[in-house]
Amino acid sequence: MPTPKAIRRRIRTVKNIQKITNAMKMVAAARLKKAQARAEAARPYARKMSELIANLAASTGAIEHPLLEAREERKVAFVVIGADRGLAGSYNVNVMHKAISAIGDREPENVKLVLVGKKAVGFFRRRPYEIVAKVEAPGSTITFGDVRRLTSQIRSMFESGQVDAVYLVYARFVTAMRQEPAVVRLLPMEKAVTGEIANVEFEFEPEPGKLLSALLPRYVDTQVYQSLVEAQASEQGARMTAMSAATKNAGEMIDTLTLAYNKARQAAITKELTEIVGGAEALR
Amino acid sequence: MSERTFKLEVVTPDRVVYSNDHVVSIIAPGVEGYLGALANRAPLVTQLDIGEIDFRKADGDWDYISVCGGFMEVFENRVTILAESAELCEEIDVERAERARDRALERIASHSPDIDIDRAQAALKRALTRLHVASRRG
Repeated sequence: MPTPKAIRRRIRTVKNIQKITNAMKMVAAARLKKAQARAEAARPYARKMSELIANLAASTGAIEHPLLEAREERKVAFVVIGADRGLAGSYNVNVMHKAISAIGDREPENVKLVLVGKKAVGFFRRRPYEIVAKVEAPGSTITFGDVRRLTSQIRSMFESGQVDAVYLVYARFVTAMRQEPAVVRLLPMEKAVTGEIANVEFEFEPEPGKLLSALLPRYVDTQVYQSLVEAQASEQGARMTAMSAATKNAGEMIDTLTLAYNKARQAAITKELTEIVGGAEALR
Repeated sequence: MSERTFKLEVVTPDRVVYSNDHVVSIIAPGVEGYLGALANRAPLVTQLDIGEIDFRKADGDWDYISVCGGFMEVFENRVTILAESAELCEEIDVERAERARDRALERIASHSPDIDIDRAQAALKRALTRLHVASRRG
């Protein structure tokens, strides 16, 4: 049995850890709120955008654009969105495993990776895939402008034929407690954009073709932006859950240790008493 | 309400900038020139340039929004503007726009080969538009 002093030291350590995890939980909760608000705010734009494209497609008939061109998938790029930091439970691991299973048994030379977040870079560094871009995980101040450079690189990879398809791998935000790793095809874009298709004659300015080639790239940007904000909300949610569990576990540990400490203390007192009584007895 | 109105919505990827169910008229910076719309306009989709959106509300007051590129859709008596960025005139950060203008002017004046003139000019245009719209305040 450890000495009461040793147990006390451990209790102190666990208490300190608990303080840290509790603080991290609070921070994550605050950031989650913000990230969630941002993800909400990004939704109307994306929805309107897809409505617009649907209308455009409906009134122009067949739409042709390089970003819509479906080719045989030989070379494929994966955009893997992870976090910069750990201590978020299985958040990073889940996303990385999803990415690995999405890559499947493709030949390494046919796979290109765009990695977001240091954890993603760390995970794929020693794997045989070519990393074409590394980006830091978006902070809480991410704006639409920030993603433009990344997305234009992704688009030009597809348009120039370096890759035949681009997939996004990220954790979809379900609830604060639940995040689902998902694989979404970014390029080539789905031809049938969802949404109600209105059968009306639109006036276009400039002509539909030009309009489309301005619209489609923006739509791709929007999708990437949205998955980034959503991934951020997921990360904070995962961290909050993990840290709240850690705080609870630390609390339980403190309880057990306190019990052990009291027992040890009592045992020591009893022992001392017995010794004193024994000594007095012997002197008589 | 005596005048016929339509619904106006200005949306950016970050937020809904403006939404009003009763707008009387709007003037927007199309890429091929400014264009106006009233209630029940025929369906239209157009690309927007960097510029100023002026619209008149049901109470007769005008309001102004600076917009940096995007798209405008007129459909079923609804005008939806999808902008890359947009600010209501009272939201504009004048100091920031002034700094952006000065920086852009400096860049253009420097004639240095590693400066992207197109980008600098676009930045200048954005800054000037913001300042112009901000001057409409009050």
